[in-house]
Amino acid sequence: MKNIDILMAGVGGQGTILASNILTEVGLELKYNVKKSEVHGMAQRGGTVESHVRWGDEVHAPLIEQGYADYLIGFEMLETARWPSYIKKGAPVIINSYQIPPPSVNLGKAKYPSKEEIESILTAAGGKVIWVEGTKIAEELGNPAAAGVVLLGVVSNMLGGDEGIWQKVIQSLVPERFLELNRKAFQAGRALEVA
Amino acid sequence: MKKLMTGNEAIAYGAYINGVRVGVAYPGTPSTEIMENYARYPGVAAEWAPNENVAMDVGIGAAYAGSRALVAMKHVGVNVAADSLFYVVYTGLKGGLVIVTSDDPGMHSSQNEQDNRNYAKFAKLPMLEPANSEEAKQFVGIALEMSEAFDTPVMLRTVTRLSHSSSIVEVSEEGPPALQENHVFYERNASKFVMVPANARRRHPVIEERLKKLAEFAEGSPINRIEPGDNRIGIVASGAVYQYAREVFPEATFLKLGMVYPLPEKLIHQFASQVKTVIVIEELDPFFEEQIKLRGIPARGKEIFPITGELSPALIRECAASSGLIPALAARTEAAAAAAAAAELPIRPPILCPGCGHRGMFHVFRESGALVLGDIGCYTLGSAPPLSAMHTTGCMGASIGVAHGVARAGVKDRIIAVIGDSTFFHSGIHPLINILYNQSNVTVVIADNSVTAMTGHQQHPGTGITLQQKVTKAINLEQLVKSLGFEKVDTCDPYDLASLSRTLDDHLESGKPSVIIARRPCVLYTRQKSTPPRVDVELCINCGTCLEIGCSPLIQEEDHVAIDPVLCNGCGLCIQVCPSGAIIKE
Repeated sequence: MKNIDILMAGVGGQGTILASNILTEVGLELKYNVKKSEVHGMAQRGGTVESHVRWGDEVHAPLIEQGYADYLIGFEMLETARWPSYIKKGAPVIINSYQIPPPSVNLGKAKYPSKEEIESILTAAGGKVIWVEGTKIAEELGNPAAAGVVLLGVVSNMLGGDEGIWQKVIQSLVPERFLELNRKAFQAGRALEVA
Repeated sequence: MKKLMTGNEAIAYGAYINGVRVGVAYPGTPSTEIMENYARYPGVAAEWAPNENVAMDVGIGAAYAGSRALVAMKHVGVNVAADSLFYVVYTGLKGGLVIVTSDDPGMHSSQNEQDNRNYAKFAKLPMLEPANSEEAKQFVGIALEMSEAFDTPVMLRTVTRLSHSSSIVEVSEEGPPALQENHVFYERNASKFVMVPANARRRHPVIEERLKKLAEFAEGSPINRIEPGDNRIGIVASGAVYQYAREVFPEATFLKLGMVYPLPEKLIHQFASQVKTVIVIEELDPFFEEQIKLRGIPARGKEIFPITGELSPALIRECAASSGLIPALAARTEAAAAAAAAAELPIRPPILCPGCGHRGMFHVFRESGALVLGDIGCYTLGSAPPLSAMHTTGCMGASIGVAHGVARAGVKDRIIAVIGDSTFFHSGIHPLINILYNQSNVTVVIADNSVTAMTGHQQHPGTGITLQQKVTKAINLEQLVKSLGFEKVDTCDPYDLASLSRTLDDHLESGKPSVIIARRPCVLYTRQKSTPPRVDVELCINCGTCLEIGCSPLIQEEDHVAIDPVLCNGCGLCIQVCPSGAIIKE
């Protein structure tokens, strides 16, 4: 059994913590040794956030090393492009086609990178970029906040594990009133045909 | 049964199963979730104290009375509690007392990155540092036993990556040992518990003797251990850093320290004799390195690894490679080029949330041109562009005292001290008394969002609810301030810019110490949301005024501004600042 390192990136408030909790619990269900690390507090307030999830036989550090991430899951376009140094050659980069311009962009002091620029940074680092309309799909299901779970649906096909395991974990972690939404979001992601 | 827990959850669980009955804390990242989790266990008394010093005294009182107690705080909280920490080391106690310090190397959410291992040496008490969640659970039990056996409080140190990382913990079906009611009673013993000089002089040699016994205990304790391996390199490490070092040096011999003070001298000598080179890997200060070198053992540490910031497996690998401890790393030219391109991307600092009441307040501050002396909380973000309306932040409660000092120095600026409601209850009351007593023309604005927001919405003395969700007496800010003798006290809604602006001007011009309570409950807590307004692109003159309030849903499009309805909270602030009436409430 080899280690599987999954890095998640997004903007504080987008739900990366729920998504990393789901991934960690699924890892445990799949009998891996698991570790997870994320930062709470001030960075939550609309800033850059990243979350590390590691599955494996023996996992020491809760942090992924640069060049070792087997998957990069990006909740927001710019934030995904921030972490090319972590990508292992050939690693899938699952990226939500959704932009939240940072203040400097809105004030005209910086430019939001184009989709092509983002893709080129990630590809140059060896990533295999997979665009997912996560926010759009979640919005159609009733709440854009479930975008992260759409992304998990996509990555679940690559990570393995029966749908039942994933759904069981989602049920254990999502509050009752959002459960149906998240179930559907996961299924929508899982049903997507990606290259 | 195996369960995933963060370090903080594991500490709470460890406290519960080891019979801790009283837990006290003030929220502070990365320590907050310790008490939140502990509070959910049956039969425990868990409280938020107004500040860490109060928390420490409450924990000490419980331990004096024979109960096992847990006190938790972030690293800088120990500064607040330090006076009490130092006396309880002298008095000792009856029930076990564990004091958790959660340090924040890298300053993810702090004003400094002080290394609180120094407190163990300074205050003369033992300190343990777990390296994963399972150890976090176990070390609480060990610390409690040590506390009772050696008649001393014991500190348990975590770092952000321990507190907020999850790993597997063995949990049992059994609960804590049954409470022995007859164990909890106050034994009056003034010569031990009254630290007048005559008693304290007697106690100091006891403390020195105790440290020697603790060092002896450290020699034999299994939480300090040599992990045999390749003898060319011997690594000394503890806590999260031990895990990072294990990734980089899988074959090396390790001295894994679970007890970081006092150190096991004989074990260190034994370890050093087994390896060719001793390498100390530790975050922040050369705490082990200095003590090891003082014992005449050659060791390398800070000449290889940085003294500032957070370590990581990658950083340790890089430093180890550049100093020749491991082979040079393969060049990752393409990845390096991609990383260089990524470094050019616009940064995304944390900002006030959409709908945050602080935004309107800082907009009014900026317009007033006043000097704003600030404090610690979400509202510290008011110092960042584009609001840029806060000019100092030091520590909890500093705002009002600093404002008074600035006024005393004789500056001509109009002066505002801004402090959040939870921070005000934490340490704002004394400096507020000071501006009345010593009469300065400072206007204190209490930014009241009615919860401890930044650490994740904890209750405080003003909310009327306790940590364990009991309804209690809510301290009324207006009544409190008026009872001190302030004559000029007003309450405003920071969503109403015109009204807040008028009131602020009136206060600043009064030349008297005064208080404004800017009250708007945190929208992340109340989950209050209104329909987002829309931009009439025909009316929008693209002047950028609305963007100056720094609200993330307001997006600059080609020739007008747009509002992202996913992010917008519908607070209506942008409607008020738009000079051309282009933002329209639906």
